[in-house]
Amino acid sequence: MSEVVKSSAPTARPSVGQYLAGHLRDYGMLLALVVIMAFFQLVTDGTLMRPVNITNLILQNSYIIIMALGMLLVIVSGHIDLSVGSVVGFVGAVAAVMLVQYQLPTFVVIPICLVIGMLIGAAQGYWIAYWRIPSFIVTLAGMLVFRGLSLWVLQGQSVGPFPKSFQLLSTGFVPDLFGVGRPNVTAVVLGVAAAGAMLFMAMRSRARHQKYGMDNEPFGFFVARNGIIAVAIVYFAWLLATYRGLPNVLITMAVLTLIYAFLTRSTTIGRRIYALGGNEKAAKLSGINTERLTFLAFVNMGMLAALAGMIFAARLNTATPKAGVAFELDVIAAVFIGGASMSGGVGKIMGAVVGAFIMGVMNNGMSILGIGIDYQQVIKGLVLLAAVIFDVYNKNKQS
Amino acid sequence: MDTILEMRGISKSFPGVKALDNVTFEVARGQIHALVGENGAGKSTLMKILSGVYPHGTYEGEIVFDGVPLALGGIADSERSGIIIIHQELALVPLLSIAENIYLGNEITRRGVIDWPETFQRTEALLRKVGLNESPAALVDSLGVGKQQLVEIAKALSKHVKLLILDEPTAALQENDSQKLLDLLLELKAQGITSILISHKLNEISRVADTITVLRDGTTVSTLDCRREKVSEARVIRDMVGRDMAHRYPERTPRIGNTLLEVSDWNVWHPLHSERQVIRDANLTVSAGEVVGIAGLMGSGRTEFAMSLFGRSYGRDISGTVRLNGREIDVSSVRKAVDNGLAYVTEDRKALGLVLEEDVMRNITLANLAGVSARGVIDDTAERNAAEEYRRTMGIRTPSVFQKVMNLSGGNQQKVVLSKWLFAGPQVLILDEPTRGIDVGAKFEIYGIINRLADQGRGVILISSEMPELLGMCDRIYVMAEGALVGQLPAAEASQEKIMSMIVRG
Repeated sequence: MSEVVKSSAPTARPSVGQYLAGHLRDYGMLLALVVIMAFFQLVTDGTLMRPVNITNLILQNSYIIIMALGMLLVIVSGHIDLSVGSVVGFVGAVAAVMLVQYQLPTFVVIPICLVIGMLIGAAQGYWIAYWRIPSFIVTLAGMLVFRGLSLWVLQGQSVGPFPKSFQLLSTGFVPDLFGVGRPNVTAVVLGVAAAGAMLFMAMRSRARHQKYGMDNEPFGFFVARNGIIAVAIVYFAWLLATYRGLPNVLITMAVLTLIYAFLTRSTTIGRRIYALGGNEKAAKLSGINTERLTFLAFVNMGMLAALAGMIFAARLNTATPKAGVAFELDVIAAVFIGGASMSGGVGKIMGAVVGAFIMGVMNNGMSILGIGIDYQQVIKGLVLLAAVIFDVYNKNKQS
Repeated sequence: MDTILEMRGISKSFPGVKALDNVTFEVARGQIHALVGENGAGKSTLMKILSGVYPHGTYEGEIVFDGVPLALGGIADSERSGIIIIHQELALVPLLSIAENIYLGNEITRRGVIDWPETFQRTEALLRKVGLNESPAALVDSLGVGKQQLVEIAKALSKHVKLLILDEPTAALQENDSQKLLDLLLELKAQGITSILISHKLNEISRVADTITVLRDGTTVSTLDCRREKVSEARVIRDMVGRDMAHRYPERTPRIGNTLLEVSDWNVWHPLHSERQVIRDANLTVSAGEVVGIAGLMGSGRTEFAMSLFGRSYGRDISGTVRLNGREIDVSSVRKAVDNGLAYVTEDRKALGLVLEEDVMRNITLANLAGVSARGVIDDTAERNAAEEYRRTMGIRTPSVFQKVMNLSGGNQQKVVLSKWLFAGPQVLILDEPTRGIDVGAKFEIYGIINRLADQGRGVILISSEMPELLGMCDRIYVMAEGALVGQLPAAEASQEKIMSMIVRG
């Protein structure tokens, strides 16, 4: 009965060391990403950070990251979606058939496929939200159903190639508006602008925190952290500029990430999803329509899975019955590596994106090193386990 | 005096807090020893040390039990010595039978195979001992909380208990189950079992306890011998809170206005057993500035009535009308009920009232996010200001509004729940057991808040199992029995005896 109120009142001016120790959980995964990248940069003799490889890294992981955004919402709301890999395959197949066999134009196919994705999400979300069938079971069924349907749609064949306009979804690059071409000045300008915007936002938020006397990080740490991130953004933009510029899919990904980060942090819908995952009954008794919210989380997931399916198909320039196999595992792993909780209510968009990049860099780095797929799986599995143990360990230490 | 337990100079610190400071605690053999104190006084910490939850070495001081110094490595050690603690949150497996639960981890086996006939036979004997008339094969799930409590005690008896510790055993029990439990404690005492009873209910303590030890802020304040002379409740309360509590219920001069809420012909059926009617033709009115109580035993349908009113959160086939200020309102969903001016503060704040993982601010604004947002985007400053406002006016003791509510004490958690509902701006608040499981000081603050709400011209419906609380707080009291409101009494005429007789006559 007698709980002890912890006195977490911050000391007047925490040192960088103290602050870092207290917020290890927040920065841990970002730090881990940096360390992993540095490690592979070393052991691959600089291949990892070569412009062409960075471009590849983004193209290879874009669909995982896009789905991780939706999966984060699903997991925060206390559910799981195992069907996304099959939905990727199915939507890719449907898009291919429409484009290649029916010769429909790209601008028609893309919206139709997004709607198909939403319908798939709605069909699964309906049972989960309104009938309270466990999401694990509903989406496990979905995983089988849509894998089967993609085989059926493609008649077991690969379908392709696609018109140029569809391929641009994945393999296109933002053209250089300044006409230089190499290096791509637009990419550099956008990179600098993004870094500037990031710094501006960080400074504004810090000023606001200070105004209300909230727990702020030490100034030196603030400068160092944001400085490093800004330099990193500009540096990566430069790397990409020296190759072919910014991939279209990077823009899509970045915009979606910003939208979902805003949605989870600053909107009432986002807030309600966290409350739903944290305590569904309390949320319901606070007047929140928990069923509809759960339903919408799955509709959203379906839409993002459809987008990912089209991007993946566009990248391979063909739809195959095997497309998207086991993607759900990478997506779910990314979200958990990023700090989300299995029981719901906890997790951040940026965490999920960092988690996806950790998986992506490891895949890429190990492939460059020529490590066999067998060892790759073992290592990835252990990293997932280690990340979650680290998380739980930190949580226990705090309480 | 024959001492069974002696805890000397016990100190225990958590990061930032000294939970126990040189506590001395002695229990005489064969007595019922009550341990009281406000939340945070250190009762649970002391008992966790005694039961081995905090093992030897994590605290200072020494324990002598039955003449032997104890150095406990864990709960298993303390149970082997005959010290058994029954926690407030019962540790039973709902989908196992009574017999399986009693011998869980302690199975009666013959060459590794469970001896079921023997298990059942011994369970039956134990159940007879605790006065529980159930089959040993019955699932724990199918029993009420009161009976589950008895199963816990039977389980303790199966382990040859010498010292039984009960942490708020009656908190979730209704009046007659509580009485039965206390009778059982007296009976166990007659058989030579010593018990330590932690409770907030002073009337129960004065009924059964031989000695009372009061803890405050991690130190022993007093040890009172009840057998030598009668110890007054006022004395105990004074020791608990460290000040005289002249009135347990703050004064209020009621200013009652027009009829605010009017519930007519309310009928509710059980959500699973569709042939069972839970609420029968209930009619109730609440006026502006009035505190209306609902008395009744647990299971009489009070909570079900409140929850069915509040957005049909309970039951099916609900019929009846709800009027606010004479106009019929739609309460068919929680959202509509809230928008139409109702609020319901649940009896189970942890499971139904709060998102424990989230901070004080986010819990306060949860039911009225529209109040701190524009076009679906939350205004951080407005939200923070709203939370700070309630932290101040409600006296929520927390280092900041960004503290997770799970780190708050029960009383402060309850204030967060009340803040959440006040921020939604209701005209009528239904408070379901608002002071359950919170200490005397916090109770007094909650009463003050209730009076303030009434003074603001809101209507308050107060549901409570503690009759003195209803008598002390309400202007009018409805009596509920078996799903029907069987009568009402103005506060001036009400007494515990009258209410009880209305319940019994139905």
